[in-house]
Amino acid sequence: MTITVAGNKKEVADNLTVAQLIADENVETPQYVTVTINDDFVQSGTFEETVLKDGDVVEFLYFMGGGQ
Amino acid sequence: MAFTNEQLERYSRHIILKEVGAKGQKKLLNAKVLIIGAGGLGAPVAMYLAAAGIGTIGIADADEVDLSNLQRQIIHATKDVGKPKVQSAKETMEAMNPDVKVVTYHTFVTSENIMDLIKDYDFIIDGTDNFPAKFLINDACVMAKKPFSHAGIIRFQGQLMTYVPGEGPCYRCVFKNPPPKDAVPTCKQAGVIGAMGGVIGSLQAMEAIKYILGKGQLLTGYLLTYDALKMEFRKVKLPSDTHNCAVCGDHPTITELIDYEQAECDGVHL
Ligand SMILES: [Zn+2]
Repeated sequence: MTITVAGNKKEVADNLTVAQLIADENVETPQYVTVTINDDFVQSGTFEETVLKDGDVVEFLYFMGGGQ
Repeated sequence: MAFTNEQLERYSRHIILKEVGAKGQKKLLNAKVLIIGAGGLGAPVAMYLAAAGIGTIGIADADEVDLSNLQRQIIHATKDVGKPKVQSAKETMEAMNPDVKVVTYHTFVTSENIMDLIKDYDFIIDGTDNFPAKFLINDACVMAKKPFSHAGIIRFQGQLMTYVPGEGPCYRCVFKNPPPKDAVPTCKQAGVIGAMGGVIGSLQAMEAIKYILGKGQLLTGYLLTYDALKMEFRKVKLPSDTHNCAVCGDHPTITELIDYEQAECDGVHL
């Protein structure tokens, strides 16, 4: 199936979970990333059981603390 | 209030814009913006807002200028090392534009003083470098119904979003709670390219100016991310459902301000 991750279309295995995608994408500090699918928040703690569907649009939102 | 000849000349490139005009420039001169943090982000914000003729600029920071700041904090100069950042920032802004009244707050911003600090300002800039301060500013602005610009920079990356009461998600809608101490690197630990403050801070100044003018679309409901190495900006749409947010939602569970524990490496930095 095809999903869009951070603006890029990609082919992934059917029934891929958010947790698996996070591992595949080498997300930095994965336990603190905010994930949205099709403009909805994925509740933290549900990444293992959240299964992606064909056409899903996934975004990773990262903490960015610097400024000083 | 009529413009002096000097003001007509100083702001001529603003006044000629149909989105600004004499009316818009007056709005800027009557506006009050508070910048929390006089560092990598706060420096360019302060300078562009001062140049633009924002009539009152508040600036809050407890730190003194350090030599290691000068790689990015362009409002301070080598001669300012050791001076309170707010003092150095005030001197630069006043030298740039005598129309601007600069109010300095040489203090940490905490749950005790933030409501008092923000209450007289039209727009708040989060130029801080740590998560306790970012959550504090968010929660206080939500509670006081004040618009603010969030931003963060690290390495070659930056992000920003704008909160306007009732017009989209707040920072806590997106990031529920601060990460534990040292769980996520800060720019002191990880480094940051100096010009990143210029890119993202200038965008924060732009949001403040647009808000005051009431022109264009603000970055409400979006997180703008910038990757300098890929030279890529992305405007990521945020979920519009704010009902469940702990602070701006329908049934807030956070009704008092929280002073979260700072990462040790952040030290005294705001
Ligand atoms: Zn919220």
